[in-house]
Amino acid sequence: MHVEEKLTAETFPASPEKATLEGKNKFLGFWFFLGGETVLFASLFATFLALRDKTAGGPTAEELFKLPLVFVATMLLLTSSLTSVYAMYHMKNFDFKKMQLWLGITVLLGASFLGLEIFEFSEYVHEGHKFSTSAFSSAFYTLVGLHGSHVAFGLLWILTLMIRNAKRGLDLYNAPKFYVASLYWHFIDVVWVFIFTVVYLMGMVG
Amino acid sequence: MSTVARKKSLIWDYLTTVDHKKIAILYLIAGGIFFIMGGIEALIIRIQLAVPNNDFVSAGFYNEVLTMHGTTMIFLAATPLLFALMNAIVPIQIGARDVAFPFLNALGFWLFFFGGLFLNCSWFLGGAPDAGWTSYASLSLESPGHGIDFYVLGLQVSGFGTLISGINFLVTIVNMRAPGMTYMRMPLFTWTTFVASALILFAFPPLTAGLLLLMMDRLFGGNFFDPALGGNTIIYEHLFWIFGHPEVYILVLPAFGIFSEIIATFSKKRLFGYSSMVFAVVLIGFLGFMVWAHHMFTTGMGPIANAIFAVATMAIAVPTGIKIFNWLFTMWGGNIRFTTPMLYAIGFIPSFVMGGVTGVMNATAPADYQYHDSYFVVAHFHYVIVGGVVLALLAGTHYWWPKMFGKMLSEKLGKLTFWLFFTGFHLTFFIQHFLGLMGMPRRVFTFLPGQGWETGNLISTIGAFFMAAGTIVLLINIVITTVKGKKAEADAWGVGRTLEWAVSSPAPEYNFAQTPLVRGLDAFWVEKMEGKKGLTPAEPLGDIHMPNPSFLPFVISLGLFIASFGFMYYKDYSWGLMVGIVGLLITFGAMFLRSVIDDHGYHIHKEEIIEAEKKGAKA
Amino acid sequence: MKKWLLNWRLFSLFSVMALVLAGCGEPFISALQPAGEVADMQYSLMLLSTAIMVLVIIVVTIIFVYVVIRFRQRKGEENKIPKQVEGSHKLEIIWTVIPIILLIILAVPTVKATFDLADVKPMNKEKRDKDTLVVNVRANLYWWEFEYPDYGVITSQDLVVPTDERVYFNLKASDVKHSFWIPAVGGKMDTNTENKNQFWLEFDQEDAEKAGGIFYGKCAELCGPSHALMDFKVKAVPRDEFNQWIEKMKNAKPVVTDPVAKEGEAIFNKSCIGCHAVTPVDNRPEQARTAPNLGNFGDRERIAGILEHNEENLKKWLKDPESLKPGNKMTNTYGKLTDEQIDALTKYLMSLKVE
Repeated sequence: MHVEEKLTAETFPASPEKATLEGKNKFLGFWFFLGGETVLFASLFATFLALRDKTAGGPTAEELFKLPLVFVATMLLLTSSLTSVYAMYHMKNFDFKKMQLWLGITVLLGASFLGLEIFEFSEYVHEGHKFSTSAFSSAFYTLVGLHGSHVAFGLLWILTLMIRNAKRGLDLYNAPKFYVASLYWHFIDVVWVFIFTVVYLMGMVG
Repeated sequence: MSTVARKKSLIWDYLTTVDHKKIAILYLIAGGIFFIMGGIEALIIRIQLAVPNNDFVSAGFYNEVLTMHGTTMIFLAATPLLFALMNAIVPIQIGARDVAFPFLNALGFWLFFFGGLFLNCSWFLGGAPDAGWTSYASLSLESPGHGIDFYVLGLQVSGFGTLISGINFLVTIVNMRAPGMTYMRMPLFTWTTFVASALILFAFPPLTAGLLLLMMDRLFGGNFFDPALGGNTIIYEHLFWIFGHPEVYILVLPAFGIFSEIIATFSKKRLFGYSSMVFAVVLIGFLGFMVWAHHMFTTGMGPIANAIFAVATMAIAVPTGIKIFNWLFTMWGGNIRFTTPMLYAIGFIPSFVMGGVTGVMNATAPADYQYHDSYFVVAHFHYVIVGGVVLALLAGTHYWWPKMFGKMLSEKLGKLTFWLFFTGFHLTFFIQHFLGLMGMPRRVFTFLPGQGWETGNLISTIGAFFMAAGTIVLLINIVITTVKGKKAEADAWGVGRTLEWAVSSPAPEYNFAQTPLVRGLDAFWVEKMEGKKGLTPAEPLGDIHMPNPSFLPFVISLGLFIASFGFMYYKDYSWGLMVGIVGLLITFGAMFLRSVIDDHGYHIHKEEIIEAEKKGAKA
Repeated sequence: MKKWLLNWRLFSLFSVMALVLAGCGEPFISALQPAGEVADMQYSLMLLSTAIMVLVIIVVTIIFVYVVIRFRQRKGEENKIPKQVEGSHKLEIIWTVIPIILLIILAVPTVKATFDLADVKPMNKEKRDKDTLVVNVRANLYWWEFEYPDYGVITSQDLVVPTDERVYFNLKASDVKHSFWIPAVGGKMDTNTENKNQFWLEFDQEDAEKAGGIFYGKCAELCGPSHALMDFKVKAVPRDEFNQWIEKMKNAKPVVTDPVAKEGEAIFNKSCIGCHAVTPVDNRPEQARTAPNLGNFGDRERIAGILEHNEENLKKWLKDPESLKPGNKMTNTYGKLTDEQIDALTKYLMSLKVE
């Protein structure tokens, strides 16, 4: 199938993201990229695990973390992952309006997550848990902060795609772009699940 | 749009190109320049160590030179030169018109280039990095000035480029193969490129992580490596070597690939045990990730870890041995022609066996307590890297030069280069095994007389000049060839086996007028043996879709180059932060433009192709 | 360890190699002339691995030379097309299995030796045996401190150890990472900034005599401009002699009689005492011990670890340490000294002796 072809709901393929060679390449290439990202985060997780008790007199994990707040943030991000699934569902059905709507909800949820995280960080700083306080604090802010910057980048990316394509609707040129952005969003979500477990839960429990 | 309308100056053409063959030439030139710089640094090292108590350079400057020699050779010379050959050859070898992501291909190059440029700016801006190419955390935090910051930022930028190129090759090889080009029909060079790219994908992120942590500590007040605040420098050693050891295979696997092509070609035989060769490559790639801690036997990891990593490391010798014997038996019963590339291949086998066996010796952990950080190790890894990778690069350059530039390099000068370089190599490094065993530590800027090391060091220095002479002859060869070289045929050596020898030299912009149908291993050889001139086409002649050139890869990379300066100086000068932000804005702005401007490429029309093919056939 | 040498062919190869290698290097610094249990073990492993590897190289070389000569393209054969052989399972299995066997032969003693060399239980016993000697090694830019914790004695640059017994080491660094290496006696262990490493060495009396009583020690990890000059010396002496030395060290104090030296002592107490101690018993915490202990400076083997031990070189050092050891931490920590002051200091420092 050709990239610039005008399509209708009937002619739109079942997997629009992989219908063209460009799409196939994007799809596979992005999975590889996520593989690399996984290793990057794994390295930072390992670093964090090695340093998580090294508070050097600064606040410890038990003293700092407020699980309710983090739990709410987690729920927001998990839900946003679900809404992006809805968006992709509508994309495959060639329903551009609904896709945009669900992407919009995804962005809102993601933005509130980011807001909560910024609030959380500023609280910690007030409590004397600054980037330079200890090896633990450096490792915490680097790991969680890198995730946060991924969220921010993901939000800008999805927004850009929504605005750029608002007028022209779906085609095989932009379908892979939407799809890949949603993959990225899922990846961010999965990383957060690990952060929630390794950083927060393990920090509170043991 | 037609090709006529796109006439533009040569420089602009190369600044905006997304053609894998032109990017290959960019890699070759940039990597070549860095290779010469690294070589000059090596000569400074050897001159300084020629005699005891020498004062050719100062202690501090020596450490800068030794750091930059290692860093340049690994990151800025060996890797890009391999990328040059991969870019030039792999797409054609699999019967593709281009790589999967032409834009990213250009971006990868420019990121590498600006990262390398940034790193080398350090020479003029207060001194180069001086903590060794490993830049272990305690020393690199202690190091005054901005040298290490250049290292940290420059390598992160060029590392992104390498990662992008790796992903690009992976997708290209998975998705862009011509009909009939199954995995088990791929030439070995393509296979090794594939595995090396997978290694890049998984090995570079740990390096990025390590550099990120170092950057946090040096520039932004982090405490990852400050023991007083709970930091731990061993983390850096692990992260560095989780990258560092696979990096060896990232370099040496494509080298294996190059020699596999050359040995089969000039023995006029198919590769002996092709499937076990492929298996060995994959296995080496896999095991390459399991052995990083053998660089840290003396760090104090304890006997259990040391024993495990010792045995795991020894295991790598098995697939490597398989390859050596397969090469020998490819030549067995063959009809060996001693061209320049073949000379390198023949020289490579014993040289690399030497490097391999000393590798097993190093794997013997208790004995490694003696070898570690001594000149024995220096000898070992130069046998692997020079005896394996550099010989492969020189061989590949001679072998594929006609395919890249359309002219044959002089065989006479080529052979002279080989003999000079090969002699110099063994002269320089063989004796270093013994220097190490006689107690000489590595990375010393001088040594005192009376320790029994004088003769060995002098011999080593003499050898280095032989290698330099060999390189100069190669440069002369290139100049002469460019001016008045013999025009190369499509099948430049007359015995080509793989697809790249079926298209004209140099290959046309679109590589294949018609995508070929691959009917077996050594696809071109198969056709030739059936008496056919060209390949069997898999499609009718038609318009060919091509990607548009773009200036954005250059701009994206330039932005990071500028931003690196800004963030490095943000504590020293008030303009630092501003410049850093402007640089990032340039980068992200260019990425934004790339995202919102549609790029559908253009078509070369059937008539133009017929015209071009006629011309190509005549010439 | 000799059990694995049963194969006589390997053994003969061994002896030839041992003969060749033994000619290499100086007895006080060469790993090829092992002077203690650890170095012996490591040397045996080197010989074993070299033997196996030489075997491999010989096999490869024979096939290689044969192939290159036998199957070269001869005149008139330019158009010959050889048979396209796919491979041979039998051959491929052979060259997979034989290396595996060879590696197992190497791996077993490797693992054993790895654990033997890491056996530091005696030094970590709750109550250490009286005869178990432990030395705390602290590496600094660019000097070494050796503390004998069981005797409360500290010295620098010259390590003194008893021969023919295992000596245990605690290793650490106070600034950047270094590595502690005595090539002839066995190597090597890094001194890290965040943890303490432990290992042991044994110094052989006969070999020590062959080496002139002194072994050379090196820093083996790049640590800055003067990494190459971060040498130390090891005096290996019989146990009795060692005991006498330790006793003398315990009670050593500067005894200054010479008037010039007295003058030197005054200068020292004004400019140098902040960093350098002059008695081997120094109870300050290690963070305060920022410079080498000079308690037995007069007995040292070298000035600054690298120069011949005489007054002239000491004066050179005091005048401008930077020119001898670039990047050292002593430069510019004391005021400019006149020639007379340097002469006096030299007299004083050279008088700090226990022997």
